[in-house]
Amino acid sequence: MDIFNAIIQVLDSTIRLSVPLLLACLAGLYSERAGIFDIGLEGKMLVGAFAGAAAASVFHSALIGLGMAILISVAFALVHGFASITHRGNQIVSGVAINFIAAGSTIILGQAWFQQGGRTPALQPGERFEAITWPGADAIRDVPIIGPIYAELLSGHSILVYFAFAMVPFTWWVLFRTRFGLRLRAVGENPAAVDTAGISVAWLRYRALICTGILTGFAGAYLSMVQNGGFVKDMTAGKGYIALAALIFAKWKPVNAMFACLLFGFLDAASIRLQGTPLPIVGKVSVQFMQALPYVLTVILLAGFIGKAIPPRAGGVPYVKER
Amino acid sequence: MAQAAIELIGINKSFGAVRANRDINLEIARGTIHGIVGENGAGKSTLMSILYGFYQADSGEIRVGGKPASIKTPNDAIALGIGMVHQHFMLVDNFSVLENIILGAETDALLKSSIAKARSELDRLEREYGLEVDPDAIIEELPVGLQQRVEILKALYRGAEILILDEPTGVLTPAEADHLFRILRQLKEQGKTVVLITHKLREIMAITDTVSVMRQGTMVATRETRKTTVEELAELMVGRRVLLRVEKGEAEAGAVKLAVKNLTVRDSRGVTMVDDVSFDLRAGEIVGIAGVAGNGQSELLEAISGIRHAVSGSVMLEGKPIDLTGKADPGELRDRGLAHVPEDRHHVGLVLAFEENENSILGYHDDPRYLRGPFLNIDAIMADARDKIEKYDIRPGNPRLKTANFSGGNQQKIVLAREIEQDPGVLIVGQPTRGVDVGAIEFIHKRLIAMRDQGKAVLVVSVELDEIRSLSDRILVMFAGRIVGERGPEATEGELGLLMAGVEHQEAAQ
Repeated sequence: MDIFNAIIQVLDSTIRLSVPLLLACLAGLYSERAGIFDIGLEGKMLVGAFAGAAAASVFHSALIGLGMAILISVAFALVHGFASITHRGNQIVSGVAINFIAAGSTIILGQAWFQQGGRTPALQPGERFEAITWPGADAIRDVPIIGPIYAELLSGHSILVYFAFAMVPFTWWVLFRTRFGLRLRAVGENPAAVDTAGISVAWLRYRALICTGILTGFAGAYLSMVQNGGFVKDMTAGKGYIALAALIFAKWKPVNAMFACLLFGFLDAASIRLQGTPLPIVGKVSVQFMQALPYVLTVILLAGFIGKAIPPRAGGVPYVKER
Repeated sequence: MAQAAIELIGINKSFGAVRANRDINLEIARGTIHGIVGENGAGKSTLMSILYGFYQADSGEIRVGGKPASIKTPNDAIALGIGMVHQHFMLVDNFSVLENIILGAETDALLKSSIAKARSELDRLEREYGLEVDPDAIIEELPVGLQQRVEILKALYRGAEILILDEPTGVLTPAEADHLFRILRQLKEQGKTVVLITHKLREIMAITDTVSVMRQGTMVATRETRKTTVEELAELMVGRRVLLRVEKGEAEAGAVKLAVKNLTVRDSRGVTMVDDVSFDLRAGEIVGIAGVAGNGQSELLEAISGIRHAVSGSVMLEGKPIDLTGKADPGELRDRGLAHVPEDRHHVGLVLAFEENENSILGYHDDPRYLRGPFLNIDAIMADARDKIEKYDIRPGNPRLKTANFSGGNQQKIVLAREIEQDPGVLIVGQPTRGVDVGAIEFIHKRLIAMRDQGKAVLVVSVELDEIRSLSDRILVMFAGRIVGERGPEATEGELGLLMAGVEHQEAAQ
């Protein structure tokens, strides 16, 4: 039973750890499907996390925090759009710039406003998103097998966790069942076809980036207002890049993205769980090795196991009307 | 006179200093097929893009069905019943036919009803015009001919009464082109107006009712097709008399320069593309290789020029073998006197982002003539480029201009000038005039014949039968990787056509 409980615990933290990846990955999916590479997911998550925690702590409201996280994140997405859509700049450069601005500005503003070494004040109850306990969760907690699965794994997460997973089918539906989705996919493949069909390429791509901004806002809010009780500098710690890796791994498909993010989340969870635990045969493994494991596996998986990943064909290329 | 479907009055359009259209007046009668011819860069496509709302005219008026129309976006054009089939298809390759059809013409925010409507609409169009295509097929899996059909369906689905086709046959096989013309005639019978932009005069003669000629941004003439001739149109296009068939004397074939023996080439999938091919190329003659595209000509060229691995056989250049492992050093072959003008000038022949002068020495850049110590001798390179520009009438004559900004014909001249001016003993040319204007074709043909008369050996591969017949002293016909026949230049088109279709070959095999 101990092993069973251990597995439940690892899976539970898998879910918690994969949520920011999933939100960021879906965010990237909207922009990349529209033909805009977005290496700035990391930066947008970071400003979202900062804005969310700061606003929640000042206004004593989790919802205002979330709203602010989304707002600021969308604003950064629009900056990326202005550089890469309107001015046809290099999308990678623009994304990297956003990451730098995010990393620097969050620390400076945090220090200037709260004087806590770049942190925001610890969030109080009501300023964070609390866990939701499903009906009857406590009652059946002790039922073997089903009890822990229901009470630990399914129940007891914050609303943002459920939101993130609900976004998977929703995103699929948007992409493949709506007019917006059809056009979004088309503009990532052949913007000239969209242009000659009488649709504005720029406006369509801006809208895709707004979707990206909203989702990275959620991802940032999750980091600072759910996983952590406040903002800590550089708290995204490369999650935006892992989300990008997951997006490639998932071949730009929403359901695949969920599984990819769960896999990365699981690697993370397992590495935490196994730290200091003696393993069979190899014995005790150093903490650093376990921490590096998810990243090592990311490289291996991306290098060898995904087969051919074909990105949206117009990805990374600013649209210029043919002369 | 039938009512005009479209009237263009005093259209002007400039791109920077370039006046692409000046004072264009044009009237296109309803229910006719109207051709617009002109050389590359004459302003045909610009004019049609203005009509389709892709560009805005600087001045002038457009009338559709007699009423003044303001066409600011493709949407306005579509609403006025104007549809366009672009030269490069505007299709999303990994979408299905249905998805491409509804893109931009969806009925509401969800796709379900749009798809249902498109499906029944396609059914109707298929019945009315014989435009058959599987609605669920993925575009990239369809042959080009069918992709083009999807473009036509797209326009018809949007209610097009006026259909503009920009160079529609450039990518089609002759059979596909014939089929397209049947479709266009059918559209005409149903009362649609068709505007056909092309630089192929034969097509104009074959299918149009009226034809307008453009030259350097102006509309120089409009003729009834049955009252004009290919020669007159060519002259109007170029502004001077054009020899459609270059005069040349008898060949004086000399020693064997290039000997190809039992050459066999397989492609990456292991399919045999060149099958046991042998022939000799002699000094002072032009040998033409005819064949429908895809019958191994490209692979043969690549193997001879040392850039594709051959499974077996040998190629002797001036009596010495060429390395056929696909790892031959093109520089070394150049030194041995073999020059190669590749079929695909955009991907193999030129670096489009380079300036003209850089491309004009590409591959010869380590020739001491262009060097000063370890550095490029810019003065010498520029002088050399200017010299070639003058000799080959490359326009615009600016060696500092980016190569991408030259028209297709002039790009081809840049490659030809580079290779011919090195004075090679053997010249191998793939598709010498693909996408090249009438005027430039004449020039290129003259150049090649001059090479021959200087005692060089020239091998020409072309899918244009006219070109093969007018240039070659001997014609080899390739079919399914084999040389299925050799004929003299007097061979008729019908005779060669049969060989190219593999008819005789199959009969012989049975």
